[in-house]
Amino acid sequence: MNIHEYQGKSILKSFGVAIQEGRVADTPEAAHEAAVELAKETGTGWFVVKAQIHAGGRGKGTVTETGSHGVVLAKGLDEVKDKAAGILGGHLVTAQTNAKGKQVNKVLIAEDVYGPGDSEPKEIYMSVLLDRAKGCNIIMYSPQGGMDIEAVAEETPELIFKEEIDPTVGLQGFQARRIAFNLGLSGKAFKEMTKFVTALYNAYVGCDATMFEINPVLKTSDDRVIAVDSKVSLDGNALYRHADYAAMRDTTEEDPTEVEADEAGLNYVKLDGNVGCMVNGAGLAMATMDIIKLSGGEPANFLDVGGTADAARVEKAFRIILKDPAVKAILVNIFGGIVRCDRVAQGVVDAYRNMGDINVPIIVRLQGTNAQEAKALIDNSGLKVISAVLLKEAADAVAEVLA
Amino acid sequence: MSVLVNKDSKIIVQGFTGGEGTFHAGQMIEYGTNVVGGVTPGKGGSEHLGKPVFNTVSEAVSATGADVSILFVPPAFAADAIMEAADAGIKVIVAITEGIPVADMTRVKAYIDARDTTLIGPNCPGVMTAGEAKVGIMPGFIFTPGRIGIVSKSGTLTYEAVDQVTKAGMGQSTAIGIGGDPIIGTTTLEAVKLLMADDDTDGIIMIGEIGGDLEIKAARWIQEHGTKPVVGFIAGVTAPKGRTMGHAGAIVSGEEESAEAKKRVMRECGIHVVDSPADIGAKMAEVLGVTA
Repeated sequence: MNIHEYQGKSILKSFGVAIQEGRVADTPEAAHEAAVELAKETGTGWFVVKAQIHAGGRGKGTVTETGSHGVVLAKGLDEVKDKAAGILGGHLVTAQTNAKGKQVNKVLIAEDVYGPGDSEPKEIYMSVLLDRAKGCNIIMYSPQGGMDIEAVAEETPELIFKEEIDPTVGLQGFQARRIAFNLGLSGKAFKEMTKFVTALYNAYVGCDATMFEINPVLKTSDDRVIAVDSKVSLDGNALYRHADYAAMRDTTEEDPTEVEADEAGLNYVKLDGNVGCMVNGAGLAMATMDIIKLSGGEPANFLDVGGTADAARVEKAFRIILKDPAVKAILVNIFGGIVRCDRVAQGVVDAYRNMGDINVPIIVRLQGTNAQEAKALIDNSGLKVISAVLLKEAADAVAEVLA
Repeated sequence: MSVLVNKDSKIIVQGFTGGEGTFHAGQMIEYGTNVVGGVTPGKGGSEHLGKPVFNTVSEAVSATGADVSILFVPPAFAADAIMEAADAGIKVIVAITEGIPVADMTRVKAYIDARDTTLIGPNCPGVMTAGEAKVGIMPGFIFTPGRIGIVSKSGTLTYEAVDQVTKAGMGQSTAIGIGGDPIIGTTTLEAVKLLMADDDTDGIIMIGEIGGDLEIKAARWIQEHGTKPVVGFIAGVTAPKGRTMGHAGAIVSGEEESAEAKKRVMRECGIHVVDSPADIGAKMAEVLGVTA
């Protein structure tokens, strides 16, 4: 589950990670008040106004309605309201969004942390993530912070470092020191970095994250080390032990149809093709999408109805698939193991009759437990449903209806 | 011989008396699997499905000599249950549970690796040796005893392959569902190695999907050490980058994790890769010269 920058920072702070302080606001007036309070709290005179959306590249991105960038600097309290008004309610288009962009409902008003001091500020890249092959977490970091890390990896791979963490003992002191040394820090900044990394890793484990990306981590001109941005993904399977984080989910950031499907217990991902599909099991669902492509179509969705494909669920799945006007045909592919095919077939027939207005051809392939009974049920229903038993037959049927 | 489980395996069921455990243990027993008992903390001393129930795995092992365990334990308690089985000396642990937190599995993986035990899964359909032992949730009736081994990340796609193998006039030795999570106990390579060394297996079907590099590692090993034909399929050519497709591990994070890249490497390594999942059984029959 992805969360907003301001939410990520609040989690980091709760684990003792030093952050760029800020307050969130959803109107220009509230933004002004947030800035007033922030000035009292931190003494900052300038303010960074940051759009809160689930996508990167906000600083370079543009708000369609106003032309404002997604991250702007207000040089004084009097500028905050107008700068926030240029972002709030608009659609922010970045390199990571589609052309329509994402509507901005909240801005984070953050303190200015780049003020001059005894030393030069330095931007650092740091992420924590799972190394699947090794079965452990790694901390990836680079002295080349503040920029696109993929570009750094391409141009100067020697400036990207990785530290593997043993899951049985966690991050050790020597590892934190190695990270601070590799980043070229010394004196107070060195100590601050070892504290930062240690707290960051504790936060990662403590909140059951699947990814942290902090870009940049800033060494300030007075040698503090703080998180200026935060991109945090949490493990959806671990939310049962973090009710407070589960409440951070922002469904306005997700595809509304996917949210609806999720509530019905369906695993649905919207795609751009013309043939919808409904399958039991994730692997078979992907394989079915591939079959659609091989048959000359493009999959319109991924949809796993799960292990309990009863009539009600089948009908819900049909309704969700048919919300997409691009769908020209639907392939239902169920391999009944525990699920009985005749029950699924009954679900298809019921859904068809209840909905009454399905105008696209439906190909139903039911294999496994009670497959023959299921085929008979569909063949005898008198409905415009093409039934198949073998996967090959289903593929051929898709090609035929698209031809 | 077959691998991992056979008719002599002594199997216990963890989470025996729950809904899932009761249903699937019943199916396993009906298939003729040698289930010797089950574990549900607090229900020790009672009987369920005609088998004894124990409070702990170590009690079950002492009383029955069990060497295989299958888990139907909810995600919040599954990591603990896997480690309990390993601690009790169980040699093959099959974790069916879907939705175990990743952080739990990194700890479990380290714990398992330090002990003499094999974990299959989690988030898998289990392991089945046709005609001998069904240690999982797969439908038993689609299997026919034979000489094709199957390794797969996916449940229903495994059934698809099993069914095609049967319809193409062959049968199965052992089918191993390794699971679709980012961290799993037994990798594609480890499962392939078991089947390559098995005297009862003539050909191997390897089914993978987008995400991770398990199939690539297996392919490279097969190129060097393979002694039997391998037919391969990778699901997810049409999956968009950066989206998780059902299985927590099914996400393309880099170019080398895409289906096309995996298939290319598998072909380079001499694996008979099919583009359509409908052709898996027919391709194996063709490679082995079997006619239905």
